[in-house]
Amino acid sequence: MVTCLPGPVRYSQKGMGTTPDKNAGTQDLAERYVYLPLIAGWLVPGAGHFLLRKWGRGTLLAVSILSMFVLGLAMQGELYRGAQDVLDMLGMVGDLGNGLLYLVGRALGLGANQVQVTTADYGTRFIVVAGLLNVVAAVDAHNLRTGRKS
Amino acid sequence: MFRPSHFAAVVLFALFASVVFGITQRDTPQRMFRYGLYCFALFVASAIVLSWAMFLIAR
Repeated sequence: MVTCLPGPVRYSQKGMGTTPDKNAGTQDLAERYVYLPLIAGWLVPGAGHFLLRKWGRGTLLAVSILSMFVLGLAMQGELYRGAQDVLDMLGMVGDLGNGLLYLVGRALGLGANQVQVTTADYGTRFIVVAGLLNVVAAVDAHNLRTGRKS
Repeated sequence: MFRPSHFAAVVLFALFASVVFGITQRDTPQRMFRYGLYCFALFVASAIVLSWAMFLIAR
């Protein structure tokens, strides 16, 4: 006897009765939650593309953004900790684009407290731009998810 | 501490930014590569031109 339960169907009938796909779990998650690639991409560089199984693009984005962030720190760049004026506020917004990288960096006390040499100024810009590029990459993952881009 | 020259910093910046621009602004791998290369060339060329302009203005 077949019983029909009320409420939304919580599984996809696509692919039922076939060999289970080992990536079906993450793919299903990305299909269910529209904003998951956007949020994952913001938190971890390249993660949005990985969720959508764009391995090559995700790897290149992750390597580029991570390298820029790490080189910024290696140049003694500053992680903005507060917003005393408008420029600081804009810098902090850029830094926040790095997602978990920024939060972990703040928690570990990475980055210089004060910019004292020229290369440290370059480093600060590297970190801010890495955050902005990460936001661009996360939005790209969202566009791939919604079908605006292939 | 990593201390690149100004030009090395420009080249590194251009490289990483161009990779992201190429991937996010174009659809096919070939067009991504070409756009990334175009962005990289523009970044580096404009840095050289502006550097010479500032050098000549400062004299």
